Amino acid sequence: MSTLENGIHCSPAIHAPGERQITFGQAIREAIAEEMARDERVFVIGEDVAAAGSVFKVLVGLLDEFGPERVIDSPISEAGIAGIGVGAAITGMRPIVDIMFGDFTTLVMDQLVNQAAKTHYMSGGKLTVPMVLRTTLGASRRSAAQHSQSLHALFSHIPGLKVALPATPFDAKGLMKSAIRDENPVVIFEDKMLYQEQGPVPEEEYTLPLGQADVKRTGDDITIVATSSMVYVALEAVEKLDSIGISAELIDPRTTTPLDTDTLVQSARKTSRALVLDEGYRQYGVTGEIASVIADGAFYYLDAPVKRIGAMNVPVPFSPAMEDLTIPNADYVVETAKSLCG
Amino acid sequence: MSETNDTNPSLNELDAEHWLQAYEQMVKIRTFEETANELYTSARMPGITHLYIGEEAIAVGVCEALRQDDYITSTHRGHGHCLAKGAALDKMFAELLGKEAGYCRGKGGSMHIADQETGNLGANGIVGGSAGIATGAGMSIKLRGTDQVSVCFFGDGALGQGLLYESMNMAQLWKLPVIYVCENNQYGEYTHNSKAAAGSMVGRASGFGVHAQAIDGQDIRTVHATARLVIDRARKGGGPAFLVCNTYRFRGHHVGDIDRPYRTREEEEEWAKRDPLTLLEDWLLKSKQAEEHVLERIQQEVKTAVDDAVAFAEEASFPSESEVDNHVYA
Repeated sequence: MSTLENGIHCSPAIHAPGERQITFGQAIREAIAEEMARDERVFVIGEDVAAAGSVFKVLVGLLDEFGPERVIDSPISEAGIAGIGVGAAITGMRPIVDIMFGDFTTLVMDQLVNQAAKTHYMSGGKLTVPMVLRTTLGASRRSAAQHSQSLHALFSHIPGLKVALPATPFDAKGLMKSAIRDENPVVIFEDKMLYQEQGPVPEEEYTLPLGQADVKRTGDDITIVATSSMVYVALEAVEKLDSIGISAELIDPRTTTPLDTDTLVQSARKTSRALVLDEGYRQYGVTGEIASVIADGAFYYLDAPVKRIGAMNVPVPFSPAMEDLTIPNADYVVETAKSLCG
Repeated sequence: MSETNDTNPSLNELDAEHWLQAYEQMVKIRTFEETANELYTSARMPGITHLYIGEEAIAVGVCEALRQDDYITSTHRGHGHCLAKGAALDKMFAELLGKEAGYCRGKGGSMHIADQETGNLGANGIVGGSAGIATGAGMSIKLRGTDQVSVCFFGDGALGQGLLYESMNMAQLWKLPVIYVCENNQYGEYTHNSKAAAGSMVGRASGFGVHAQAIDGQDIRTVHATARLVIDRARKGGGPAFLVCNTYRFRGHHVGDIDRPYRTREEEEEWAKRDPLTLLEDWLLKSKQAEEHVLERIQQEVKTAVDDAVAFAEEASFPSESEVDNHVYA
């Protein structure tokens, strides 16, 4: 583990020994609880966040600790609670708006895209919207097309919003705390499949800057950029590649907006090859932007075209026999990497 | 439907001085809007704008019942709300002309004027888009434990937006101090509300248990008296209210809508008989609270102030190029 000071590249090892291990879900909860204790302006509003502790049980205990005034069960009114978040943020609070499934963020589009993202700019810098909208992404839960999408690209497109996609418990806690303290609207996407994932998280206070990529593994032959749960798919691929003599460098941007372009470009210049992996639909996905950034910045250093891998361009199907086909897997990443390194 | 002040003596609490102040505010809005129209027709203003002429009694009647630290959210037809809440003429015109001296440094324009100092959380280009923001301000007031009030202005066109109903539902569930003021000017853009809003307007809110009433939006005394009651009630924890203020958009949807084929001239002439400024003038004179020359002096003073503000705005600088990507993030 590298140093926590300045929050620079803090989590290269995903299972480092000798540290407290907690789950991704516990890390999120701990971040929110710490920030609520630290700052009385922070409150949580959403469907089933209080009495039920959220459908994924991530917020269990918050109601007892902070009471119903600050942990608020809302009606099933996504646009309404997002709007309440914007208004509360403009007037001095620091709301955390909980949108149960990332698929439901389509219902809050106006409040995020036209209101939250633009208020600071349109007011000439006078009003600010320090609000967090936390939601989920990711398939594989056999939940079909309206509970499985990874829609972070939609928000990454919008100037004025920040978008974070933590992959590890360490990153989840550090990014969530930074998001809550940020003066801007920040959308955090948490992969539903990661909530039980264990990882080292220090007891002591830390935050991670929004806009700083993390090099999860260093390597020499190819750069693999991966987000959220795709970091684990990439890790599996990195180990397989290692066994056949290909040394891959794994980079997690951690935030898609702002994007740490320097780290991505420097790595691609070093390895001469790059592959971008993300669970969003491949068409017009964040992989397109990241691949373009690398192609622009490292063009004269590259030995192969930048490749990108995303979810299949189909609505996520229900049947396991089909759903698994739509999501990138390690073998496909290995094959793609081999073809670039051949 | 409408209420009169005469049945309730407490509704006429304002003395002559305050009524003259309200009159001045209404004249200011009327003159501002007529001048904005001139700026458009003489090609001195970029873009278009939506005029509030005919609806002045609502913004002023409500805002005169508010404190400076109370909040409002406004609409695309928002100049009246901004001015009534205390915005300055010069910064308003500068914003309309896209100048750096404007309220939003030229980044917002006519539809997005915000002014934190007077509690204006922003006009909004999305119809009904501020219902959540005003309700969130109410939530913020409740959580911070102050006795402020939040007022959400919107037109009858916003009755078609689901966000309004999600917001009112939560405001009533949590007894938030939010006043939803529906300015029923009869038309959503070019479509009469008889083609857009089924059933009862007040019933939309009373169904949630929100205190709801329809009033004459042309008579500032009625608007102000009603606003005072519901605002005081909200301030004391009584929860939200919904006012349908029946009014009329004397001009087109925007300054370029001059033919207005979707409505008759006869209908416009009927409503013109109930001009909110004339109604207040008549009452002030008849009740001997003001003489003609006092009203004329106010009109002249406002005209001079508006002319000065326009001169300031026209002389002001456009934002520098470096301003274009400033304030994307805080």
